[in-house]
Amino acid sequence: MPALCPALYLLAVACCREHRQEEKRMNWAHDIQAACGGMLIGLSAALFLLLDGRVAGISGILGGLLRRWNRATAGNVAFIAGLLLAGPFYRVFTGRWPAVHIAASLPVLVLAGLLVGFGTRLGSGCTSGHGVCGLARLSSRSAVAVATFMITAFITVFVTRHLIGGGS
Amino acid sequence: MSIIVALGCGLLFGLGLALSGMVDPARVLGFLDLAGAWDPTLIFVLGGAVSVSFLGYRLSRLMTRPVCTEHFDLPTRTVIDRRLIGGAALFGVGWGLVGLCPGPAIVSLGLAQGDGAVFVVAMMAGMLVESLY
Repeated sequence: MPALCPALYLLAVACCREHRQEEKRMNWAHDIQAACGGMLIGLSAALFLLLDGRVAGISGILGGLLRRWNRATAGNVAFIAGLLLAGPFYRVFTGRWPAVHIAASLPVLVLAGLLVGFGTRLGSGCTSGHGVCGLARLSSRSAVAVATFMITAFITVFVTRHLIGGGS
Repeated sequence: MSIIVALGCGLLFGLGLALSGMVDPARVLGFLDLAGAWDPTLIFVLGGAVSVSFLGYRLSRLMTRPVCTEHFDLPTRTVIDRRLIGGAALFGVGWGLVGLCPGPAIVSLGLAQGDGAVFVVAMMAGMLVESLY
């Protein structure tokens, strides 16, 4: 059951405390931070559903802005504004900006953007809509979508990094 | 009210992405690179996110309506068709090329990231093309 994940994880962390190599501990601290960040994302999705009755799918929210504007539009704009404010807020809380390393060249950025935009609308979701919300709702459509985009992303990275080489 | 909720949820979502390190395409590509120095971080992020939102969806089943709106507006389609699989496959290729998906891309815009802005403009263009297609 997904709800058991954090509990199992904390148990695993406790067990591994014995292996106190400096490097290992840094990794664990890092993983715990990642899991906490994930829980914030989950909390956002849960609150959006419980309060506003909607799925927190970013590609859907963004795509909604490109269609005829309706009652949901103001909420979509506000959600995007919240995402835009997240970086500056993070800076205020932690004293540093979140790291962003984009290594791709301009043509690759444009191609990737087009594919992500087109693909997420055609497939009705991305990592948030299908990944976070869809899996949480135990949707089989989302499970298939997640498996599909994970596989093609794994293959793409393998090809660009290890076959072609010199890729990001 | 709905606008404040959406703003707060967007902010929380973005903070979660920033805290988890998923705003950084280099980290995402580290996860997607199975044959390299594999970085499992994304599993912890997804595990944390899905487990909390799973509780939220369970809770929503006990409610007759959301707190701020009239009714729940959830996806109802169940058919697994070529659009779903083809769209997800194309998205995966784009995701693997740069390491950005829609959420982190928009957060990176808020950091005045030039490359992120190029990606977001292309992404919106891709969405526009799909709506005509």
